[in-house]
Amino acid sequence: MIVGEQKPLEEIWEMVKVHKQLTVFGCNTCVAVCHQGGNKEAGILASLLRMKATQEEVDIEIVDSGIERQCEHEFFESVRDLMNRSEAVLSLACGIGVQFVATKYQTLPVYPALNTTFLGDVIAVGHFTEKCQACGDCVLGLTGGVCPVSRCCKRLMNGPCGGSSNGKCEISKEIDCAWQLIVDRLEALGRLDDYEKIPPLKDWSKDRAGGPRSFKLEDM
Amino acid sequence: MSTETKYSSGSNLEKVLKSGQFAFTGELGPPRGTDVDEVREKARFLKGHVDSVNITDNQTAVVRMSSWAASLIAIDEGLEPNYQMVCRDRNRLAMQADILGGYALGIRNMLCLSGDHQQFGDHPDAKGVFDIDSIQLIALVKQMRDEGRFLSGNEIHKPPKMFIGAASNPFADPFEWRVHRLAKKIEAGADFIQTQCIYNMPKFREFIRLANEEGLTEKVYILGGVTPMKSVGMARYMATKVPGMDVPEEIINRLKGVEKSKVAQEGINIACEQIEEFKAMKGVHGVHLMAIEWEHMVPQIAEQAKVLPRPVFD
Repeated sequence: MIVGEQKPLEEIWEMVKVHKQLTVFGCNTCVAVCHQGGNKEAGILASLLRMKATQEEVDIEIVDSGIERQCEHEFFESVRDLMNRSEAVLSLACGIGVQFVATKYQTLPVYPALNTTFLGDVIAVGHFTEKCQACGDCVLGLTGGVCPVSRCCKRLMNGPCGGSSNGKCEISKEIDCAWQLIVDRLEALGRLDDYEKIPPLKDWSKDRAGGPRSFKLEDM
Repeated sequence: MSTETKYSSGSNLEKVLKSGQFAFTGELGPPRGTDVDEVREKARFLKGHVDSVNITDNQTAVVRMSSWAASLIAIDEGLEPNYQMVCRDRNRLAMQADILGGYALGIRNMLCLSGDHQQFGDHPDAKGVFDIDSIQLIALVKQMRDEGRFLSGNEIHKPPKMFIGAASNPFADPFEWRVHRLAKKIEAGADFIQTQCIYNMPKFREFIRLANEEGLTEKVYILGGVTPMKSVGMARYMATKVPGMDVPEEIINRLKGVEKSKVAQEGINIACEQIEEFKAMKGVHGVHLMAIEWEHMVPQIAEQAKVLPRPVFD
């Protein structure tokens, strides 16, 4: 899923304080799982902003709302009227949702309440870790199901580098060495011979190097 | 390895190694500015005392004069550079362009490295490139040399003929896989290997034993990395702060055991004892001396290590 983190309140306030009306708008799918951008968080953030407005003696009407997903047209049906009377939107969606709102409502200012941080999983309650970089050319079949692109700090296709120590990365003791994990996993699978193979060069044109990506189902 | 007379490059280091002589290489860090004289001065201490000198490439991810530029100054001073290139700072286009340019202006050796992570340096907010990795860089330099083709497959007019080096850290984890990664570097096309600074001799002996057993030392020249300790503080720093470094307590204790004024000499003594052992060690073909900001001591160390005079070829 997409993981995001709320921006500091001050940064958000500086963006939105010029408006007379603001809709604080949650997105109740990915970023709700990480408790940063769901409809519930939209309500809390709206309250904090109202308090801020009172403190700073700024006259701004703040309402909160939300939908299931800000990245698909159909979910916006239920908020048509709200969007029409909003002067500005503070979106708690990931960057995709923010842009979807911006494209859908050409004259409506929209601001991001979150920093979209990574594609990750939930390894424990409240603990999210990056697992995919959407590089467009998955190598997990070669690496025992552990991704060197998103999890090795140097994106090495032939690791581990000389900085791997006690299973940890040279840049932080908090980060597992992806290549230690790959070697361990290949060993567990009885596929250590795969380590000896030198994989072909990574085709970054399938990553962002090739410009914005898209695909279209021909039968829909 | 058996002696050979067929050369893949015009490198002096290649001639030394292929003649079966024990190689001795040095290291020179480019300045953090444009002072050519600083490079020249360091180079003068190394000239005649080493077969080739590694010119580091933004070492520890700190910006310095580019390694190819400092390599050219070294050439001007009569030294043979070993041009270091890290994957952190260049994509595949820049790499190939710099290899062409470096060769065109006289560079004949290259050391292919991943590079320390940018977080360690003076621009921790930089984007690390890592378009290809060090093993793929080795294969790239080999392809340019032996097939005369760019990565794209397009033909190179007058291909660069580099003697290809790679690094190996016998002390990183997982230990049992270091020899396999060495094997991959050889398969990719490395002609010679320079190891990480060695302090843990028992572990290094085991690494070389495994490399011998796998037949790797018959396929590649291995130069043991040696860095003399200047002080107890340096030894402690290396032991705790430098990624991938293994400094046993007994090294620190030995330095602590002598008078303060004699610690540096004791560091050199330890280094020279290591070099003596490497000369006799099967599978080790030379020493890479990394006298960091201690270039002026290289003549004395080379003398004490009895590696002089260095071979000269016509």
